[in-house]
Amino acid sequence: MSTELNQEYQYGFHDVENYTFKSGRGLTIDLVTKMSKMKKEPQWMTEFRLKALDTFFKKPMPKWGNTELLKEIDFENIFYYVKPTENQGKTWDEVPKEIKNTFDRLGIPEAERKFLAGVSAQYESEVIYHSLREDLKKLGVIFLDMDSGLREYPEIVKKYFATIIPPEDNKFAALNSAVWSGGSFIYVPPHTNVEIPLQAYFRINTENMGQFERTLIIADEGSSVHYIEGCTAPTYSSDSLHSAVVELLALKGAKIRYTTIQNWSKNVFNLVTKRAVAHEDAVVEWLDGNMGSKLTMKYPSIYLVGERAHGEVVSVALASGKDQHQDAGAKIVHAAPNTTSVIISKSISRNGGRASYRGLLKVHKGATNVKSTVKCDALMLDEHSRSDTYPTMEIAEKDVRIEHEATVSKIEDEKLFYLMSRGISEEQAKLMIVNGFMEVFVKELPMEYAVELNRLIELEMEGSIG
Amino acid sequence: MTMLLKIEDLHIEISEKEILHGVNLEINKGEVHVLMGRNGSGKSTLSNTLMGHPAYKVSSGSITFDGQVINNLKPNERAKLGLFLGFQYPLSIPGVTVANFLRQANKALRGDSTSPRDFRKLLYEKMDDLEIDHAFATRYINDGFSGGEKKRMEILQMAMLEPKFVILDEPDSGLDIDSLKLVANSINRYKEKNPHVGILLVTHYQRILDYIKPDKVHVFVEGNVVESGGPELALELEKKGYDWLTVREEEKRQLVEDKR
Repeated sequence: MSTELNQEYQYGFHDVENYTFKSGRGLTIDLVTKMSKMKKEPQWMTEFRLKALDTFFKKPMPKWGNTELLKEIDFENIFYYVKPTENQGKTWDEVPKEIKNTFDRLGIPEAERKFLAGVSAQYESEVIYHSLREDLKKLGVIFLDMDSGLREYPEIVKKYFATIIPPEDNKFAALNSAVWSGGSFIYVPPHTNVEIPLQAYFRINTENMGQFERTLIIADEGSSVHYIEGCTAPTYSSDSLHSAVVELLALKGAKIRYTTIQNWSKNVFNLVTKRAVAHEDAVVEWLDGNMGSKLTMKYPSIYLVGERAHGEVVSVALASGKDQHQDAGAKIVHAAPNTTSVIISKSISRNGGRASYRGLLKVHKGATNVKSTVKCDALMLDEHSRSDTYPTMEIAEKDVRIEHEATVSKIEDEKLFYLMSRGISEEQAKLMIVNGFMEVFVKELPMEYAVELNRLIELEMEGSIG
Repeated sequence: MTMLLKIEDLHIEISEKEILHGVNLEINKGEVHVLMGRNGSGKSTLSNTLMGHPAYKVSSGSITFDGQVINNLKPNERAKLGLFLGFQYPLSIPGVTVANFLRQANKALRGDSTSPRDFRKLLYEKMDDLEIDHAFATRYINDGFSGGEKKRMEILQMAMLEPKFVILDEPDSGLDIDSLKLVANSINRYKEKNPHVGILLVTHYQRILDYIKPDKVHVFVEGNVVESGGPELALELEKKGYDWLTVREEEKRQLVEDKR
């Protein structure tokens, strides 16, 4: 195993490639057909992929976000499908040694033993390890990688797949639909609470790799589930692409919390479409932490279609360095009466980084007594950094209560003086203020993740004095 | 008596404007000095300067603490030597809890010696002294606190961090009589426990001096000490106000100009 440790980014090592299958560069009908065949997919999925591919070719690039950076993506230079191993491991020992070493270094097996109900580890295009606690299996909870989900539960997958995010939604959703591989498929039966989180871990190893995982979570009536995903990649000289599609369905009275801690290396384009539908009395929460990547464009959305449904998007973004742009936000659609929502966005930009909030709040006619709070706070640590806010509101109903608040601040000298007067160093004081700023997000995380995230912020902030 | 703090001919500028004009002050270990004066007379400037506020520039003169000139030390370095400033307007730091803040400060000042459990126990004891609800330990520093709560929180920090020299910038302003007694008692208790502590108490009112007995009282007018005396000076000020001193200073200045 070769390791190439990057000083700043601790997951910047990569493994020697030794793959079962690696597609050529570029995207063709032939590749998509071959991929579908290798995966032994039903006819409808092959057709779905090919139709999506056609959509992808026809769709223009998004006109929002960082259109300049988007131009840099060379779709012809990307490996769309890389299969690292023949078989998926059921026990940790069955995972190929090189890959296992990687996940060992990332702490995955340890985390599983400690505090996860189930874990899934995706390396390149395929999920290479998967487990779910026996007690949850007995309750009828399904937690599989998406490919296995399609094989084992074709009728559920066919019923819901791409119903929330159709390929026509945007160019990258179309791309994912054509070449998707891996991701998670979760079904929680009625009135079942999965108390400790299910986790998936995504790792890109190949340079110019495209990772297109596809996740579908269905929480049946009165059930609840918390899903966490983490992402890393090596630091290469040329870019990789991560373009996931995540669909959540919370049926009557169900609750889904979806937590992301995105820590891609700074040469990954992270262009993800995430959307949830919440039925009557359902609750959906997106907790979205963006620390890494070169360009992230991601706006988790929630369609509140049933009465009294509640949606929440809490996101934090750290844009650090002149080549990094976090274009993140949220989209909430109130399509039923008495629905409520909260959007909290926190962004930090430093060393020339750029953080943008892009949000849409929509209230349909007839969605009466809607309450929504939108709060965007930006913290800029120096003059070279940039922060922008693009909030949009489309309100077609009068009987609504909407609060919107946006602040841009810097670390005030008076606050630093206050903390330093108690013996705390300037560096530590800045870190405390930054961590405090992020607290609203961090406090919602399971403790282990909170510690990890604080450590990541600390690493990013090192040497920020001056 | 050993000298704890010595201020010699201290001139202070903010944005190139001189605010303090050659202050001299000496405070020994175990002494309580009171600094009185009108708003804008430079009392807070002196307090902030002693703690090392970056906006206040020492243009000449020196501050010596415990035998060491500290003019160029950063606030955290001064804190490590044992200085403490109780702020007139304590700032809120959203997202940072009182317990976490104090634990970090304690760690910075003394290394990581106390276990989290012992630390919490100690914190609760001190909170009880000041009748601060334990729930404040997990609240964010000064975030949404009332004026009185903020002042008590400053005294709590003093009690936890155990400084050798304490500057209290108007710890009594905005307090009702019950809170004032709590704050004063807590200061007295700290002094009893640490008989060598030096205290510089900045205040407008003689009221707090009913509870805290000063060794010396100094009066600030227009950026300098113009009068020093014992506790009786505070009572005299209470009766006569500051006008006579302001007038006297004006006359002195006139005299100097006339001589020219």
